[in-house]
Amino acid sequence: MAQSLGTRTSPLAAEHEALGARMIEFGGWLMPVSYAGILDEHRAVRTRAGLFDLSHMGELFLEGPQAAEALGYALTTNPSALALGRAHYSMICFQTGGILDDLIVYRLGPDRFMGVANASNAAAVSDALAERIDGFEVVLDDRSLATGLVAIQGPLAAGILKPHTDVNLAERRYYSIAEGHVAGVPALVARTGYTGEDGFEVFADHASIATVWSTLLDAGKKAGLVPVGLGARDTLRLEAGMPLYGNELGPDTTPFEAGLGRVVKFDKEGDFVGRTALAKAEAEGPRKMLVGLVVRGRGIARHGYDVFSGENRIGKVTSGTLSPTLNQPIAMAYVTPSSTEPGTILEVGVRDQRVPAEIVPLPFYKRPT
Amino acid sequence: MVPQGLRYTKEHEWVRLEGDVATVGITDYAAHELGDVVFVELPEVGRTVAQLAPVGVIESVKAVSDLFAPVAGEVVETNPDLTSKPELLNTDPFGAGWMLRIAVSDKAQLDNLLDSAGYELLVAEA
Repeated sequence: MAQSLGTRTSPLAAEHEALGARMIEFGGWLMPVSYAGILDEHRAVRTRAGLFDLSHMGELFLEGPQAAEALGYALTTNPSALALGRAHYSMICFQTGGILDDLIVYRLGPDRFMGVANASNAAAVSDALAERIDGFEVVLDDRSLATGLVAIQGPLAAGILKPHTDVNLAERRYYSIAEGHVAGVPALVARTGYTGEDGFEVFADHASIATVWSTLLDAGKKAGLVPVGLGARDTLRLEAGMPLYGNELGPDTTPFEAGLGRVVKFDKEGDFVGRTALAKAEAEGPRKMLVGLVVRGRGIARHGYDVFSGENRIGKVTSGTLSPTLNQPIAMAYVTPSSTEPGTILEVGVRDQRVPAEIVPLPFYKRPT
Repeated sequence: MVPQGLRYTKEHEWVRLEGDVATVGITDYAAHELGDVVFVELPEVGRTVAQLAPVGVIESVKAVSDLFAPVAGEVVETNPDLTSKPELLNTDPFGAGWMLRIAVSDKAQLDNLLDSAGYELLVAEA
């Protein structure tokens, strides 16, 4: 397929080609969108396991005696509060309070952290961090272009990974990370994901990520593990009610509007970028609120479609698809804060028609425990 | 797979003329390109359509695509199975996944369409 100038290739490009993947450009990278088909891949992750190439994500390492303080100034969360080997969901905001990116912050050591940013924002996050940590005793090492990332997700993920790593998976709680080996190569193993299922993310150098990929793909075959592309990653995260930058998150949205006010830690020590604007935004209340919608008529609500209450246009759909698990069209949308009560029937403008849609609590899908 | 004896459009639809009625569907190339089809919207029976006018919508998990009328005429039938089984477009695009039937107003319009050899060439170059 046509590739625009400067598009990056995954260190697993040859593996994807051999598997017959359909490739798309995403966040400046040529990545697999699907292999066998989005629905089959989606169901494999919900019922068995799936293997994802996420090498396009940005890995930013910060090290130094003031690493925690520096991150605390740059981000909305308080990384100082993270125990060793633990992680949390965080945001990097503009001075305006708008969202520059969402990221996961892992504490690898007392003075060592890793932030994982979206591919499309990795360079901007790296630049912003470099600027914001100026004056702190800390060094930023942007290893985005040298680090591969493979995620194994699904109810069978732990069982498939276990024989191939020296990391004790049973001890790894959700949102934690450990250094060790996978398939014999040095790797960071985190119990995180973006699917709503249990699973792990394995970070390794570009030179060795193919070993991780091939080993896990072979090891999981009997159990029904399949390679999964970005298409199913999107439907999985949408069912799990997880936001996507560019859809639910962006510079015109505050964490409060996205329903993620919990990541803004006003009570932490010291100032942080965006504090004043975010405090004002919280005091004034949201201009819009993110809600979940289930379409009750015929049609699929898609990104950009208008949302109506009676004759009034009250919002826009940010993400929408047919939920493979629920077999119903689901969507997330920003609507005026007065119309967010679950059970409320709104309408979505689907081409020349208005289709009824009911507000439901997020997430749409919660894994059985 | 490009069956003989059908006519094709550059939008990857096929047309089978029987008498004055043209049956219309999408090719397996189109079905493969779209991926899993999850929703189909078809025109009302009785509607008069112009050649190449949009008459319906095909939605896969990821994308929304228009269905165009390959020939002008009156819609006389649509495939009722596609409402509950849109996946027929993927599993049997030239058979059970047919989409609509048009009573053709001008059979000469079919001459504007590709034959199987022409369509094979189009797909090969895509």
